[in-house]
Amino acid sequence: MNILVLLRMVPDVVEELEIAPDGRTLDTEYLRMIVNESDDHALEQALILKERKGGKVTVLALDAPDVDDVLFSAVAKGADRVMKIEGGDGGVTTRAAAGMFAEIIRNEKDLQPFDIVLTGVQAIDDLDALVAPILSHRLGLPYLAIVTKVTPDATGKSVTAIREFAGGVRGEFDVPLPAVLGIQAAEKPPRYVPVAKVRAAMKTSKIESIGVPTMADGGQPLLDVSHMRKPVVSGHAQMLDGEPEDVSKKLAGIFTERGLL
Amino acid sequence: MSGNIWIVAEQWRGKLSEITFESLALGREVADGLGVKLQAVLLGHDVQNLSTSLGMADSVIYVDHTELADPGASAQASALAQLVRQQKPRTVIVPLTNVSLGTGTLLGEQVGAPVVNFCKDLRAADGHIVADCVLYGGKIEATVTPRGDLTVIGLWPGSRPPDKGRSDRNPPVETQTVTFADQPSVKLRSYIEPDASDVDITQQDVLVAVGRGIQSQENVALAEELAASLGGAVCGSRPVIDQGWLPLSRQVGKSGLNVKPKLYLALGISGAPEHLEGMKDAPLIVAVNSDPDAPIFNVAHYGVVADAMDMIPTLKETVLALRG
Amino acid sequence: MHDPAAAEYFGLPGFAYLWLFALVSFFLFGRRVWRYIQTLIEARNEPRWDQIPRRLGVFGLDVLAQRKLLREPVIGVAHFLIFWAFVVFAVSFFWNLIRGLLPFLPIPYADDVSWMAAVLTVMGVLGLAALIVAAVRRYIFPPAGLEKSGDATLILSLIAIVLLTSLLGQATKESSPQLAQALWWVHMATVLGFLAYLPYSKHLHLLASPFGVLFGALQPGGIPPPSEGASFRDDFTWRQLFSGLACAECGRCERGCPAFQSGEPLSPKVLMHHFKELVRSPSLVRDGDGVIGNQVQQEDIWGCRTCLACMDRCPVANEHIPIIVEMRRFLISQGTVDAHLQSTLVNLTRYGNSFGASPRTRAKWTQNLEFKPKDARKEKVEYLWFVGDYASFDARLQPVVQATARLFHEASLDFGILYDGENNSGNDVRRVGEEGLFDMLREKNRHAFDKSSFDRIVTTDPHSFQALKNEYGESNGHVQHYTQLVDHLIDDGKLTVGKRLGIKATYHDPCYLGRYNGVYDAPRRILNRIGVEMVEMPRNRADSYCCGAGGGRIWMEDVPCSKERPAESRVREAAALPGVETLVVSCPKDLVMFQDALKTTGLEDKLVVKDLVELVEQSCRPDKERVECPT
Ligand SMILES: Cc1cc2nc3c(=O)[nH]c(=O)nc-3n(C[C@H](O)[C@H](O)[C@H](O)COP(=O)(O)OP(=O)(O)OC[C@H]3O[C@@H](n4cnc5c(N)ncnc54)[C@H](O)[C@@H]3O)c2cc1C
Ligand code: SF4
Ligand code: SF4
Repeated sequence: MNILVLLRMVPDVVEELEIAPDGRTLDTEYLRMIVNESDDHALEQALILKERKGGKVTVLALDAPDVDDVLFSAVAKGADRVMKIEGGDGGVTTRAAAGMFAEIIRNEKDLQPFDIVLTGVQAIDDLDALVAPILSHRLGLPYLAIVTKVTPDATGKSVTAIREFAGGVRGEFDVPLPAVLGIQAAEKPPRYVPVAKVRAAMKTSKIESIGVPTMADGGQPLLDVSHMRKPVVSGHAQMLDGEPEDVSKKLAGIFTERGLL
Repeated sequence: MSGNIWIVAEQWRGKLSEITFESLALGREVADGLGVKLQAVLLGHDVQNLSTSLGMADSVIYVDHTELADPGASAQASALAQLVRQQKPRTVIVPLTNVSLGTGTLLGEQVGAPVVNFCKDLRAADGHIVADCVLYGGKIEATVTPRGDLTVIGLWPGSRPPDKGRSDRNPPVETQTVTFADQPSVKLRSYIEPDASDVDITQQDVLVAVGRGIQSQENVALAEELAASLGGAVCGSRPVIDQGWLPLSRQVGKSGLNVKPKLYLALGISGAPEHLEGMKDAPLIVAVNSDPDAPIFNVAHYGVVADAMDMIPTLKETVLALRG
Repeated sequence: MHDPAAAEYFGLPGFAYLWLFALVSFFLFGRRVWRYIQTLIEARNEPRWDQIPRRLGVFGLDVLAQRKLLREPVIGVAHFLIFWAFVVFAVSFFWNLIRGLLPFLPIPYADDVSWMAAVLTVMGVLGLAALIVAAVRRYIFPPAGLEKSGDATLILSLIAIVLLTSLLGQATKESSPQLAQALWWVHMATVLGFLAYLPYSKHLHLLASPFGVLFGALQPGGIPPPSEGASFRDDFTWRQLFSGLACAECGRCERGCPAFQSGEPLSPKVLMHHFKELVRSPSLVRDGDGVIGNQVQQEDIWGCRTCLACMDRCPVANEHIPIIVEMRRFLISQGTVDAHLQSTLVNLTRYGNSFGASPRTRAKWTQNLEFKPKDARKEKVEYLWFVGDYASFDARLQPVVQATARLFHEASLDFGILYDGENNSGNDVRRVGEEGLFDMLREKNRHAFDKSSFDRIVTTDPHSFQALKNEYGESNGHVQHYTQLVDHLIDDGKLTVGKRLGIKATYHDPCYLGRYNGVYDAPRRILNRIGVEMVEMPRNRADSYCCGAGGGRIWMEDVPCSKERPAESRVREAAALPGVETLVVSCPKDLVMFQDALKTTGLEDKLVVKDLVELVEQSCRPDKERVECPT
């Protein structure tokens, strides 16, 4: 099985996010980038598929601070080929990023033929698009979101995927290949890769570099962010007073508001 | 160009989702602000009867097709794109839920319109649409103005109370037909229902968590009843598990499980760091504790200073009464 | 008595029989021992030939003087006597054997030399008495962990026969030379039989343990030489395998092991037993998973707190922790770690702390101080204070870390911290088997040290203390634990004891301060000076009982245990001391563990847990206003 995995780096929210003086973007000074969590799961699912069915895992990532560490650790985990899209001016929107991935997958001949494209279902900065649907449309491939398990079928022409719905209900889908899947969680949590193995990968493997493709639509954003702010957090619960009956009514109201009842 | 506001009515397995009413409430405000009509788009197979609940909209566009029987972003987006090209609304509000995820992006891509995800509020300003969005896991809020005549909004749950989107009015229904290209696509084979015998607390929408303040095993049983009334399960802090009042599989925290239910109701839990580690990311945390200074109140969204044993039965009754 | 070797029996001279017996016995003995030696040669090398004089010193103490055995006095004395009886009788045996095999030698038999006969008699009697004590202990009052095995019975009986035949032989030499001669043969045959049997027995320790001690670890640290982990026999080092051969299965390790005592699956004794079987098993199997998953389960491997209780007590200097760390390294290299440990390791890789907190918030605790500690990266300081993760990030430790800062300030100590330049010291990381991550953390800290200017280091956490002092290489000058520094500050008059507290308290020796680094007296001296009446717990100093947090255990999921947790057992021990209301600790993890255990045992009304530094502040700054940090 030839598996393509797409990775993006997103701001690590463990660090306090600061807004740049322009009021519309994040201040990059203290920004720490980490791999989008569900992309990491996509990689894990790819490695599981490879272990099960054999084949090759190729990881494609957009250049960003610390992305090299992520790619080397992908190699240490078992990825066969890691590539980095370089030369952009950074700060691309999700829609533009997805466009670049689509262009490259279509045009880089040595990425063909592939059987499946796995990427994270969503990222915390997906303001103007999700990657997988854009890709599916531009490549003309079937698409499934919120996938939590992928099992290859005997024919090799399709996979069975489990997709989450609401309330603990899941669905089992028949997915003809090639296809694009938005992974929510791999069957197993992403594996641990010891630091020594990552360091060894840094010595023995190479990250291939691909230039940013030219985009038909120019990759221009279709949105304007007019300003960003930090939400006011109270840091303390809003206290509900009164007799148990009153408080219960208030709580039931809150639950109803949240669609829990 | 009709310039109307559309909301996509999310229906799943023959029922409308709560977010549909949230969308209706929000869409109503925006449509009124712009002085245009609010239309609800109902996609499915044999679900026309649901349109009667969509009275908050001025009218309902109903499409019936076997391809639309089960949720699927590709079919939904394709149907919506055909309708949009015909009727040219100004804004299409698509839920960003587990059922509809992907539909919004695909629609925007197919009709070449901007998509605004994680939208928690929407308003009309100078004849334009302005959206407030929650970014970076809630750490940042952004105000966004889309360019162009048509915008797809990916709506985050919780924008408006759903009750504001309900109405008894029976809206006019306009039936439309769409066609689907013969392309390879994913097929739903079957649904997998959650296994009731083995409660996986990481998969629950509602968790009633009990701490040492619950005092005895009998009281844990009361909490179980409350959880049942809310359609959730009971979990606990370590002392409760240590006592053997709940099995280890129900332990939340550092040495137990990490959970992120939609509601975490903490009863008699002090909020030690080891416990918080396992649940602090839940979007709605309600704490009941007899100590007003309990640290759990620093992470809870709502707090009640009370004896947990007074709250449990009354809350259960209230909830049951509401559920009818 | 005639010369038993010269006498004729069934037409052949005695020495002919002796040759036959001796050859058979030595052949059986040698064949087996050679196999063991071969196995050890095949194993990974681990140099243990350094510092021979120091090794001989340890040998003197632990083999000749039986220091560790004497920690359990009754059986210790008995073992001491049996050991020395054994030595004396071994000398006499070889003497007699050589004399018997070579009858033309112009020397007498050992027991014909009067002084030797006297020594033999005395040691024989004492040895027999000791054997009776040992038997009574083993069969009537067996301590936990000591099994009544057939093998042990056989060995005890053989020793008894050896001693008895010699004693009786001497006694009957004059009166009944016939009998004496018969006894001589029984004696020699028993010893030869014993010799042949020994390498096949579980009680190989008689032979192996002196070498175990001689080639033991000189620095208690428990970190095996660099490796990618071990699960197969030839992955382990010869010294690790040797532990199996040397084990006497005495159960001392088990009796001090917090994992075993809590009813968790790990038993250091059973672990050693498996290694004995591993070395004894005939062939080297390299398919399958090796030891892990077969003889040793993952729960055993992760259960260890690396508290050193086992190694510290083990009379034969067995090395449990290195073996466990090797197997942990193996699991880590396979990526087999529990989810909590994994996320902690990821946090440590990414943020340099186990809390997954932004490194920028590491020194947040300084915000409520009335002074700002120097940044050692910017200003020269005398003391670099290495605060550690728990003290820096855990809300419950804010009072402790702030009290420490105020005390240092009060003493006009020229100190500074590294702020966000500090990383986890890596002590526990190393012990969970993530050596690569340890290297990385050590590099980062060393880098921060290089950029700073200081003379000495003081740490809050004993775990950091161990790493910085013993595992960071020579370059970092003098490293102290804060208890040592505070002790000096009081000595030098920089801190003056104001109020004598007049309370009764007990003190818990942290594993990494006590057993690992031998710091027992400084904290006790401080307590004494600030007017605390010290009451020792039954398990104190080197016998201290681990709180259960070490070795990375605090980062792992709870495993079901059938008895109470180590910390619970420990707070009960403290609470049982009459009049004691305070349990004093000097390790941040202890504070967290014991406060939690007080809740779960319901002893909150009986006992409070205090860090030593809080008591010192009460005494040295009695009426200064204390700025409490809101948690
Ligand atoms: C290494 C380690 C790992 C740990 N792992 C975990 C873990 O995974 N999960 C976990 O939960 N804990 C864990 N702990 C334990 C943790 O530190 C706390 O001790 C524990 O969470 C406390 O549980 P609690 O809140 O139920 O009890 P308490 O802290 O005793 O709190 C009880 C609360 O109930 C309130 N209360 C009392 N009576 C009433 C009443 N009638 N009505 C309402 N409120 C009342 C009290 O005011 C108090 O706030 C761990 C500890 C350590 C050291
Ligand atoms: S390892 Fe040491 S302490 Fe443990 S049983 Fe063996 S000899 Fe005794
Ligand atoms: S180091 Fe401590 S926990 Fe580990 S085996 Fe030895 S005694 Fe047990």
